[in-house]
Parts: sequence; structure tokens; C-alpha cells
Amino acid sequence: MYGSVSTHDIPAQATTGLENEDPQQLAEFEARIARGEKIEPDDYMPALYRKQLIRMIEQHAHSEIIGSLPEGTWITRAPGFRRKMAQMAKVQDEVGHAQLLYSAAETLGKSREDMLTDLINGKSKYSNVFNYPTPTWADSNAISWLIDAGAIVNQMANARGSYGPYCRALERICAEESFHLKYGHDAVVHMATGTPIQRRMMQEALNRWWPPIMTFFGPADKASQHTEILMRWKVKMASNDDCRQQFLDMYVPKILEIGLTIPDPNLRKNEETGKWEYTEPDWEELRRVINGDGPCNQERLAVRRAAEENGAWVRRALQAKRQAPKAVRPLA
Amino acid sequence: MTDPKKDLLYRLADDQLILGHRNSEWNGLGPILEEDIAFSSMAQDKLGHALQLYSLLHELGEAEPDTVAFTRNAAQFHCSQLVELPIGDYAFSLMRHFLFDHAELLRFEALAASSYEPLAQVARKLKGELKYHVLHANTWIRQLGTSTEEALEKLQAALDLTLPYALGLFEKTEAEPAIIAEGLFIGEDVLRAQWLENISRVLNQTQLELPDLSAITPVGGGRHGEHTEFLQPLLDEMAEVFRLDPTADW
Repeated sequence: MYGSVSTHDIPAQATTGLENEDPQQLAEFEARIARGEKIEPDDYMPALYRKQLIRMIEQHAHSEIIGSLPEGTWITRAPGFRRKMAQMAKVQDEVGHAQLLYSAAETLGKSREDMLTDLINGKSKYSNVFNYPTPTWADSNAISWLIDAGAIVNQMANARGSYGPYCRALERICAEESFHLKYGHDAVVHMATGTPIQRRMMQEALNRWWPPIMTFFGPADKASQHTEILMRWKVKMASNDDCRQQFLDMYVPKILEIGLTIPDPNLRKNEETGKWEYTEPDWEELRRVINGDGPCNQERLAVRRAAEENGAWVRRALQAKRQAPKAVRPLA
Repeated sequence: MTDPKKDLLYRLADDQLILGHRNSEWNGLGPILEEDIAFSSMAQDKLGHALQLYSLLHELGEAEPDTVAFTRNAAQFHCSQLVELPIGDYAFSLMRHFLFDHAELLRFEALAASSYEPLAQVARKLKGELKYHVLHANTWIRQLGTSTEEALEKLQAALDLTLPYALGLFEKTEAEPAIIAEGLFIGEDVLRAQWLENISRVLNQTQLELPDLSAITPVGGGRHGEHTEFLQPLLDEMAEVFRLDPTADW
């Protein structure tokens, strides 16, 4: 599950790195991408392309493992066998996605260990939505349906990108996410059309999750830094606003259909422009949360850090086994 | 409980449900991602096993599986105390998994020949899955049990701690003579002997030491509804949403 947050903003001076690239190689690289070819790990790629991709895939991987936490806490409380098993399988998929993505990022030269270290040190980011709490089962259902829906919009676009290993990982991930979408939708429908207690729980959860969902796709395009080169290199495939519009097109009718109310009085589709209009999301809050000051940032990282520390002896043991010399048969 | 079939089924199903629940707590906390995933797979299997066994109980006139699993209190559970203990550190969870699943595989292999055909059918299916659980446990016990001092220390401590509880898996109930006489199951004594042989074989391939079992008092009680302080909070957590609205379809 992943939205584009701070992924694509290249610092203004970074493009100067291109001056160190061989102009002919760079031209060939760009021509390959323009022809729709995929770039593979051993191929030439500009340092800036490699750096941006590592950053992007790593953040995506982090979003999957951190994203498994808010729903994961509901596995032990899921109501009934059917939900308990499905919730477990769904969350397990997210961890599996992280595994796939770390492996895709490793093809670019950064180890999983280094990526996880950067995560727990706060050096690299993950999707901001997972810094919001899931106080009820309905909140978990809201994530399963709508955050996964947003993630699919984003990932389907990125699956058409230029880096082969990432695209292939995304194709597999999207196939699984589409099951999550069905699972999440089914769970939300049961709540939204259930007893008065269930309906109230679901509406309250949607009210809590709507603002984070609206910021899930990242800042408005007008506020984003210019990303022309990333679009040309097919690292970034769709603009934040385009993804947001597509999500609203697909899911607003579905949300209203099951009797839920969307907590934005200004949300409506402008028939002339064909675009959704909505209350401007609180971008200042998004910036604050991304930079560590959200309701659950500390908690999420603390869980991950504890997992890394508590499991360190296992990884040390495996490492020692790998380095141990093979037994030598005595000559006599 | 006098019906030997129900007595047997409740013990089997409750063990699977509670350990499945415990194993699911490893989500996000595993020492490597692959272990998060493995523990989740095993937890899902165990939940599935529990559901099939509760369904057999339902056929025998007990309540629906969801009702049985989500509304009883601790004293009404027949799981061993081994499965209800908190997940602890990875060494503890791994050792419990090793000791439990070795017993479980043998148990279901034997049940595949049960005179109670519906259970025999379920057992024939389950034992195929349990084989992988044992394979997973053996792989890790062999790997870590021949590695660093630090790992050996943790695993040995886990083994010493879990063993008395693991012996409680073989606690008999009043129905035991009937269970054996009716050919439902081979009985706990036979199972325990086979189990000891199998775990010893694996442990002998490591630097871990199996303590002298004759000096250990098994921790029983679970089969008779006596549980540790950890079971009721687990059940409360499990039923937290379910109980919000007992009339709801979730």
C-alpha cells in the first residue's frame, strides 16, 4: 500500500549530477525509455535515476511493512473465523510485498539491512497515512478498502514505468491488492449495511480516514516541484492530482452507494471541467506528519525498532553460519 | 464432558485456535520478514484446522464454530497451557512451535486411522499441512541450534522453560479409556513416546540438551479448564469486536 508522498521531489541542485554522465550513454538510455524498453539492473543508468528509484522503491517497501501494523493489530480482534483468517492473509500479503520490493531495491545496490536501518533511524520515509491511528475494527476496514484502492491507482500507473524489476514486482503486488480491495469492500459493506452500531462505527471511521485519504496521493501538482525529468524517465508515471481525481471518480459513487456520507460539504464533480472539486486538504498537516509529527509516527517506528533489536540475535546467528568454514575432513 | 468424541475434538480444536492466535501476533515483529510470513502462514493453517474441528463438533450438536470460539470463557477451554503462554521472544515461540507441532503431526497421523471417520478424513488433510510446520521448525532448530553461543543460550533457556508445558500436551481426561477403546485415537501415552523419539532425534543434531524428563513435572490442568492468567485476556481480546454487537453479521 503506497501513495506518493515526498518521493518525487528532487532537490533543485540534484539535476546538476547529469553533467557527470556520458552524453551518448545518456541519450541512448533516454531513447530506450522513449521506445518503451525496460531498464534492467546491469544496464547503464544515470546516477540520479538509480538514486531516485532506490528512494522510491525503498519508501514503497517501508510503507508495506509499516502499513501492516495498523491492520495487523486487528488480527487478534477480528470478529469471527472468516474475518480473522482473511485479515491475517491480507496483512501477510503486505509483508510479502515488502519482501518483493526490498529485493527490487537491492538490485540497485542498497541492502535490505541498510534500508531497514534508515527506516528506523527516520532517515527514509513511508506513506504518511500509516501515521494515523486505527481505533476501531471499522478503521481497519476503511484502510483495507480505500487505502488499498488508492494504492492500486498509484501502483497501476507505476507498473508502466521504466525499471524492469520494480514494474514486475508491482504487477504481482497489484494482482494481490485487487483481492484486498474485494476483501475490504466486503468488510465495509457488511458494516455500512449492518446493525445501527456497525453503521455508526463505519461512518465514524470514514470521517476519520477521509482527510488522510485525500492527502494519500501527495501534495497538489501546483505545489509539487517540477518533475519533468522523472516523467521523461518514466520514474513518475502520473501526477498526484491525476491519481486523486481517478480515485474520486472510481470510489465516491461506491462509497455513497452503500449509504455512507463523505465528510466534505464541498465535494462535487464539476460537470463542465469533468474534475472533482473538494475542500483543500490540509497540506501543512501532511508536511508535519511526513516530518515525524503525526499521531502515530513514534509508535510505528518504535514497534519496528523493537522488532529489529529483538531479532538481531537471529540474524547474527544466521550470518555466523554463513561465514563458518566448511568442515574439513581430517587426512588421517 | 462425557462424550469421548467431543472431549477429543475440543482439546484438538482449542489447541489449534489458541496457538494460531498466538502465532498471528508475530505480524510485524519477526526477526526477519520471512519469519513474519512463515508464522502467519502457520497461524492461518491452525485457524483453518480449528474451524474444521469445531465444524465437526457442530455436526455433533455443539454451537456454531464462531459461537464456540468467540464466546466461551477460559474455564470452558480445553487447550493445553503451552499454547496460551504469550509469544515471548522468538526463541520461545520457535521452541513452542517445535515441541507442539511435532506432537501435532504425530497426533493427526494417528487420527487419520481413527474409527470416527469424519475426524479421520479431516486428519488426513491436516497432516499434510502439519508436515510443513514440522519441517519449518526442524530447519530453524537445526540452524540456530548449531550457531552462536548467544543463540544456543536463548534456545536452551526456551527449551528448559517450555518442556514442562509441552509435557502437559499429553494430559489425559476421564474420557481417555473410552477414546482408546472405541478406536478414536491411540491415546496420549503412545503419542508421548513417539513424540519424545522424534524431538530427541532433531535435538541430537544440535548443541542443545534435552533435560531429563523423569525429573520434570508436567504442567497440566488445561485439558480440565484450568488455565494460566494469560488465557482469559487473550479470549477477551479475541472477542472484543464480536461482542460489540452479538446480533451483527461482521
